[in-house]
Amino acid sequence: MKPKTTTKTTYHIPVGPIHPALKEPVFFEFEIDGERIVDVDVKLGHVHRGIEWASRKRNPVQILYLAERVCGICSYCHPAAFALAVEDIADIEIPERAEYLRVIQSELERICSHTLWAGVAAHEIGFDSVLFLTWQIREKALDLTEYLTGNRVTKAITMIGGVRRDITKDMLPTTQKGLQYLKDNFEKLRHVFLDDKTFKMRSQGCGILTKDDALKLCAVGPTTRASGVKKDVRVDISYFAYGDLDVSHITPDVLTGEVNGDVYDRIIVRLLEVKQSIDLIEQCLDKMPSGDIVAEPKIAKLLNQLKKVNGEGVGRHEAPRGEVIHYVKMDGNDAPFTWKIRAPTYNNILPWIPMLKGEQIADIPIVAASTDPCMSCTNRVGIVKDNKRYELAKEELHRLSVEKTRRLMR
Amino acid sequence: MTKKEKLTPEEVVKSFESSFKSKIKSSQIKKRKAGSKKNEAVIIWLKIDKSAFKGAIEHLCKMQFPHLAVVSGNDLGETIELIYHFTLNYGGRMDEISLNISVELPKSKPEIETICDWIPGALVTEREKQEMLGVKIIGIPDDRRLFLPDDIPEGIYPWRRDETGPDKLYKNLHGVKK
Repeated sequence: MKPKTTTKTTYHIPVGPIHPALKEPVFFEFEIDGERIVDVDVKLGHVHRGIEWASRKRNPVQILYLAERVCGICSYCHPAAFALAVEDIADIEIPERAEYLRVIQSELERICSHTLWAGVAAHEIGFDSVLFLTWQIREKALDLTEYLTGNRVTKAITMIGGVRRDITKDMLPTTQKGLQYLKDNFEKLRHVFLDDKTFKMRSQGCGILTKDDALKLCAVGPTTRASGVKKDVRVDISYFAYGDLDVSHITPDVLTGEVNGDVYDRIIVRLLEVKQSIDLIEQCLDKMPSGDIVAEPKIAKLLNQLKKVNGEGVGRHEAPRGEVIHYVKMDGNDAPFTWKIRAPTYNNILPWIPMLKGEQIADIPIVAASTDPCMSCTNRVGIVKDNKRYELAKEELHRLSVEKTRRLMR
Repeated sequence: MTKKEKLTPEEVVKSFESSFKSKIKSSQIKKRKAGSKKNEAVIIWLKIDKSAFKGAIEHLCKMQFPHLAVVSGNDLGETIELIYHFTLNYGGRMDEISLNISVELPKSKPEIETICDWIPGALVTEREKQEMLGVKIIGIPDDRRLFLPDDIPEGIYPWRRDETGPDKLYKNLHGVKK
C-alpha cells in the first residue's frame, strides 16, 4: 500500500488478512485518531485462486462443479448464475417444474446464509448465547437442505437446463415440517435481534451508508436495500419462477417506517428476508406444476449441443449477499472462451469506507461484518504508535467489542 | 443522483443511436421468457466505437443513473474487448433492463478513459481490468493492483492469450514438469 504521511495525532492499524474464522481473507489498514477511524484502505486477493483460468480446460457441466466451489455458503448461487448464462447463449428452455425447484433451493440457501450471518453478528458484539440459539435454528435449515439435495454444503443440484433432484410427493411432509419449525422459531429470532435494548444501542446509528453512497458505489444486496435502494434481482427481472411468485423489495422502512442505512437496518433487512424466503418456498411447493426437472437428461447430448453454440450471455441471480453476475462467452469449443464471475462482496468493498469512517475501533468487527462480506472476525491488529510496535490479537479486538457492549448495558 | 422515470429497451437503444449515429456499431435487444407465466427479461447488447465511449457513459448517466455490475473482458487476438454490464430501471416489478456496452481497444494502444468520475463504484473493477488485461485506464484515481500478489512480475496479464499471458508462470504450478 501507499506510504501515508502520519501526522502526530493519527496512527495506522492493519487488520487481517488471515484468520481461520474468515471466510474470505481481507486486509484493512485503518488510520486512527484516538478512538475514531479517519481513513480506511482495503487490500484484496489473498484467496484469488484463478478459478476462471481453471475453467479454460473444462466443459460447461464440469464448470458447474467448479463454480460450486467458489464459495461454501453460496454454493448454489454460482452454478445457478453460470447455468443461466449458458442457457441464455444456447437458448435452452427450462421445464417449468425445474424453475420452481430452483427457487426452492435458492431460498433455502438464503435462510442458511442469513441465519449464519445473524449468529456471527451476535458473536461480534458479545452475545454468544444468541449465536448458539441462531445456529441451532440454522441447523434445521441445513438438515432440510441435506434432505432435499443429499448434501449440507456443496449441493450439486444445478444442471444446465434444470436441476438434478426432484421433490417428490412423499418428501413433502418432511419438508413442510422443517419449514414449520423455521416459522415457529422466526418470532424468537426477531424478538432477540430487533427488540433487545443492547442490540439496538450497538447497531443503531453505527456504520451508516447513505442512499446516495449506496447508489454511487454500486452496492448490492441487503447492504444497499438497508440504505433504501430498491434493488433485488428476484423482483427486478423475471428469471427462474420468481416472475410467477409474490415477491417484493425488503427495505427497513417496511418495519420501522424510516431508512437510516445503519447496522440495525441491515439486521432488519436480513431477518425479514428469512421470513420472505420461507414464504417463497411455501408458495413454490403450493404452485409447482408437474413435469420434467431437466431439459436434456442425457449429459453427452447436452454437451454436444453446447459445443456448437456461439455467442455471449449474462446470468444474474440474487445470492444471499446480493446480485451475482456471470458473463460467459462460448466460441464453438468444449470449454467456454471466457467466464467472468462477479460475486456480491466485490461491489460491497467500496461501501465499507464511508461506513467505517468516523466509527470506533470496537465497532470494526460489527460494521465490517454487517455487509456479510465473508469477513466476520479479524485476525491480528498490529498497532504502530510512536515507533513502538505492539499487537492486538483477534481475541483482544473481540474483547474490546464485548467490553463496549457491557459498558452500554450498565 | 435522481432516478428518472422508467425507460423502455427500445427507447434506450434509440436514444444511443440518435446521439452517436455511426459510432454505435451494433445493437441487439434480447428477451428471455421464464416461469409458468412466461414473463420476459430484457438484455441489451451495444457495441460502441472507442472514440464515443466516454460520451456514451455520460449520456447514460444523464438518462438514468445506472448500476454498474462489473466490467468483463476478452482478449480477441488483435483487440481487447471490454464489456460494461449495467442495469437500469431497478426498483419496479420486472422492469429492469440489463445493458451491456462493449468497446474494443487495439492491442497496440489499449487505453480507455476512466468512468470513476461518473460512477465512483467502478474503481474496483477498473483496477482489476488494469492488472488482468493490461489495459491502461486513463485518469483512474488509484492505480495499484487489486487481486494480484506482488510477486507476479510486471507485464504478465492473466487474462491475455498472447505472449503476455500467464503461460510463463505455469512451471511453478504443482504437477507441471520443469
